[in-house]
Formats: sequence, structure tokens, C-alpha cells
Amino acid sequence: MSKGKFEGYGGQYVPEAIMPAIDELEEAYEEYLNDDGFLNELDAKLRDYGGRPTAFYHAPQLSERVGTKVYLKRDELLHGGAHKLNNALGQVLLAKKMGKERIIAETGAGQHGTATAMASAALNMDCEVYMGAKDMERQRPNVFRMRLMGATVTPVETGSATLKDAINETMRDWATNVEDTHYVIGSVVGPHPFPAMVRDFQSVIGREIREQSMEAEGRLPDSIVACAGGGSNTMGAFYEFIDDEEVELHAVEAGGSSLETDDERAPNSASLNIGDDGVLHGARTKILQNDEGQILESHSLSAGLDYSGVGPELAALVDEGRVKPATADDDEAMNAFQILSEDEGIIPALEPSHAVAHVLREGDSLGDYVVINLCGRGDKDLETAMESIGMDMDVGFGEGA
Amino acid sequence: MLELPDEPALIPYFVAGYPSVESTPDAIEAFGEGGADVVEVGLPFSEPIADGPTIQNAITRALQNGMTPDVYFDKIGEADVDIPLVCMTYYNLIMKRGVDKFVRDCKSVGIEGIIVPDLPVDESDALYEACEEHGVSLVFIVAPTTTDDRLERIMERVSGFVYVQARLGTTGARDDVSGATYDVLRRVEGYDVPKAVGFGVSKGEHAREIVRGGADAVVAGSVFVEGMEDGIEEIGQKARELKQGALEGGQEAPKSDESNV
Repeated sequence: MSKGKFEGYGGQYVPEAIMPAIDELEEAYEEYLNDDGFLNELDAKLRDYGGRPTAFYHAPQLSERVGTKVYLKRDELLHGGAHKLNNALGQVLLAKKMGKERIIAETGAGQHGTATAMASAALNMDCEVYMGAKDMERQRPNVFRMRLMGATVTPVETGSATLKDAINETMRDWATNVEDTHYVIGSVVGPHPFPAMVRDFQSVIGREIREQSMEAEGRLPDSIVACAGGGSNTMGAFYEFIDDEEVELHAVEAGGSSLETDDERAPNSASLNIGDDGVLHGARTKILQNDEGQILESHSLSAGLDYSGVGPELAALVDEGRVKPATADDDEAMNAFQILSEDEGIIPALEPSHAVAHVLREGDSLGDYVVINLCGRGDKDLETAMESIGMDMDVGFGEGA
Repeated sequence: MLELPDEPALIPYFVAGYPSVESTPDAIEAFGEGGADVVEVGLPFSEPIADGPTIQNAITRALQNGMTPDVYFDKIGEADVDIPLVCMTYYNLIMKRGVDKFVRDCKSVGIEGIIVPDLPVDESDALYEACEEHGVSLVFIVAPTTTDDRLERIMERVSGFVYVQARLGTTGARDDVSGATYDVLRRVEGYDVPKAVGFGVSKGEHAREIVRGGADAVVAGSVFVEGMEDGIEEIGQKARELKQGALEGGQEAPKSDESNV
């Protein structure tokens, strides 16, 4: 009876009140994902509103530094500055077809909330976004962006006041207003059909990589590297290549400040690397938990990776050995953030900075030709970076003055 | 296995470890003295997605107080009561302990039923089997949105009582009885299992209306948890009010309850 399993991970661990809505969503998703009219409408929106396809760029200075050929899949150029719009447009359009009147979403870094606010405005739907109070503090520009686009942003003060608490609160809203409301989950997490559906909406990234790679290099890359929090950009980039065994797939998690955990906190967000089997937010997957099964508070410099769970399909792919898990810590990510900015004039979000850091560290052991999924731009992280690096980057000019 | 009495029953809920770890067995006893027929003892989980603010807050405090599954079973074992207990918790804690061990540990301290708000019938195979094997009832929730085919499947597995969720949303005390209560009660009336109504019950008058509407029991949680902030003295009195309301409702209800036998 249980559905949506990836090697035992996944499933539908949610309150009974939500189950009928999930069944309804599953039916709609199966219907529309094979409906040419829906798919054409979505493709047109992604093209004309979102700006797809996004560029595929050979990064010359970075390649020289790393000692191997590095391409960037530039989903940071998608409208909104991150890959999140691929999924948000898909789900909001689906919700509209299902006759729902209201959109709710959780957000961590604010990227998914922003994308959902955009998609809701573009498709003329009401939108409410739940965001951890701590994340709102860290990501003020995104809060303001969402409000500008007409979304209600509601702070969540419970628990650690970050992404997992925002998900809890959005689920509570959904359980209350399920009849007219659709919950746009922002990653490949949650109960079935969300992990599969979000993956499908994001897998446009991988399809473009395949085409652009064949055009640019006449072959598939040796490695594709993507950061992983919940894992939507990861699955979006990887899914197309699961059967191409010659393409290595590297999922880079936030190592935070340390991989050691205590009874309440994990100073990292590395559930694929150090998590174990559990149930969180509707799915069985790898999670950060203590010996009793209480969920640990995760940490990352980057709010978008700061999550105690990970998509169930990604967990399964790691167990199967198809996806290689790795980590980059806060310092490595901040360093990579600066290097890519200086080398290429592209300021990455702190999330994909983890993927860049992995490539900087591993170098040509990743092969002769590597693709990094640059899933977001760094404008939202400038405050964090200024705090970390300091405004005195211009010390060379200011000396003695 | 869990059995409800013949008369309209009161099932209070509270969070183990709130207001303190030490008060946990005392609270169970106070409920017993106040006329409770079953006590539902919440085992706190860090991500209580089905609970409203009152119980969320109590869960946070209980975890800070050091409530863990081991302490939970110890403290419940200390309670000196004759009435059956029910464990309410989220699935990750059960899975982490090991489903079979969790059910055995429940049985060993007098817990005769388990309710898991994030475990729909679709995912319940492992827990259902363990409960069957060890003679513990698995209670399922039926919501206002539950479809007929889901209701069938839930009723095939439910035992002890069926938990009728009176309204959409999360737990929390309310001022009125939701109209959805009676719709759901009508839909389950043909099934041979006691019906307990919860989510929003806070007054004797609610209990009376709900039992008059066909329920065999009322579940109330947030109203007790609110009253426990400053200690457990008040809960006995609130329990008596709700029990009295339930009994009055029972006298006024049309006596056609074959389903109750």
C-alpha cells in the first residue's frame, strides 16, 4: 500500500488529514506530467518568463586554477537568481489546473520563497511563505523581495527558527486549509509525490546540460558536481545522467564548522555523509538525529543548505554508490565564493560555493571535464560575506591612508 | 488490548516531561482520580507537525527538561493507576528505538494503545504487526477529509478506539464544537469500534454535545496542558468537568448504540 519508495526511502509519513490531498496531487501530477498542453505551457513560461535555457559556460581562469576543464551550468541566471523557479512555476501551474486558490510555501534561504512568490504573481495566485525567524534575519533582502511581489511572509519562531521549523509550520497550515490550498515544497523532500515531482520539474537542468555538453565538447562530462541541502538542484542536475555510468555524480553537502555532533546539534548539514535512517517531514530518508531519534539542529553558513534531512531518492542513490557524497565546510565555501568572483566575475550563492570548493579541492581527480551546477547567484549573501571577509578587502588601496 | 468502559469515556492527553519530568506519574494519577478512563501520554518529538502552539510549547519544554524515551517508560512505570494508558508520539522515535522493542516497552509499563499522528494506515505495516503480536491496540485518526476507501482501510486495522479528528488543522483548545464532528461521526457510526472525538475539546459542554452526537469518548489535550503550566493541581477538576459533561451527553443520547457492544 505504501507508495513512492526509493530502495525503502521515501513514502508518505503525514497526518491522515493531508493524505487525501496528497492522493489528489499524485493523480494530477501523473495526469499533467504526460499532458502536452501542460508541458508546452510550462516550457513557454520557463522560456519567456524564466529565461531558459540557461547558459553553459567554460570558466577559463577557474579551469586553469583547478587544472582541468570546468564548465558552469548557469542556473543562477534563471529569473530570481536561482534554480528554484523551475519547480515553483511547475507546481503553481499544476495547483492552478487542480483548482486550488491559495499557495503556501516554506523557505530557508528565501530563494524558494522568492521563486514561489514570483510564480504566484506570474500566475495570479495568492501566496503565503513561512520562513524561520533566524533565516529572515540572515536573508533580509529576500524577505523584502517576496513582500514586494505580493506574498505574505510569516515568521516562524518555534524550534531553531530555521528551515525545518518553517516546513513544520507550512505542514500545519496545509493540514488546516488543505481543501483550497496547495503546498509548494521547495525541494525533493516531503511525502510522495513531492520528491519525484520536484525532481521532474528540476530535471530540465540536466537535460540542458546533456544537450549543451554535446554541443560544446561533443561528449558528456566526466563529473557533475552539485551542492546538496534538500537536494533539488542536485537531483535536477543528476537525474538525466543516472544511467550514464561513465558520468560521476558528486553531491557536496555543507560541512559547516565540524562534522562532529552532540545530543542536540549538528554543526553541519551533512545528512548524506553522517546521517542515518529516519523519518522527517513525511519521508523516510537519511537524517541528522540523536540516539533517541530527536532531530538535531543543523548548521551551515548558507541558509539554503541548512537542513537536517535530504531527499529520499538522493539517499538511495548514495547507498547504491551511484552518487558520491562529499562535504565542504564554511571556510572552504567562503573561499570558493571569493575565488569564483575574482576569477570569473561571477558571484555564486554560498550554496553552490560548496560545489565550487569541492572542485577546487579535488582538482583533476574529477576527470578532464567537470560541470558545476551553479544553482544560485550570490547577491543575497553579500551581507554574510562582508561580515566574514570584512569590508577591508580594499586594504591594498587604503594602506597608509 | 485497550478497552473503553461501557459509559461515555474521558481520555485526557498531556505531554510527558511537562511541566517537569518528576510530575509525569503524578499527572497520570491525578487524571485517574479526576475520572479519566484512559490517559494518553505524549512522548515528545522535536518536530510535532500535528500539534498546535500549546502542545508544541509543552513539547519543547519537556525536551529541555530531559524527557527521552527511556525516561518516559521509567516514569510511566512509576504511576500507580488501574486505568489503561495510551502512547501518542511521532514515528521517528518508534523507528529509532526499533518498532518491536518500542511496542514491547509500551506493553511492559501498562501502555495498551499507540497513536502516531504522522503514520497513515498506508505506512503502518511494521507497527501494526508488532502491535498485533504483543497485544497492543493501534489507534488511527480519521479526519474530516478522509475518503471512503481510506476509511475502509483504516477500519480494517484500527483497534481500541478510532480517533475522530473533529476539525482540520492542529491540536488546540477551541470555544465551540466543529460541525465537521457530526459529519465524521455519522460516517463511522456503522463500524464496531468505539469512537473518540478530539481536536479542540476544552469544556464540559463540548463533551456533552459530542457524546450526544454519537461519540463514545472525548479526547482533550491542550486544555489540560494549558492548565498544567503552574502545576498539576487543577487538572483533576477539569477532568471531572469533562467527564461529567460526557456522562450527561450519554444520558441524553438516543440509545441505539448496537455499535457500542
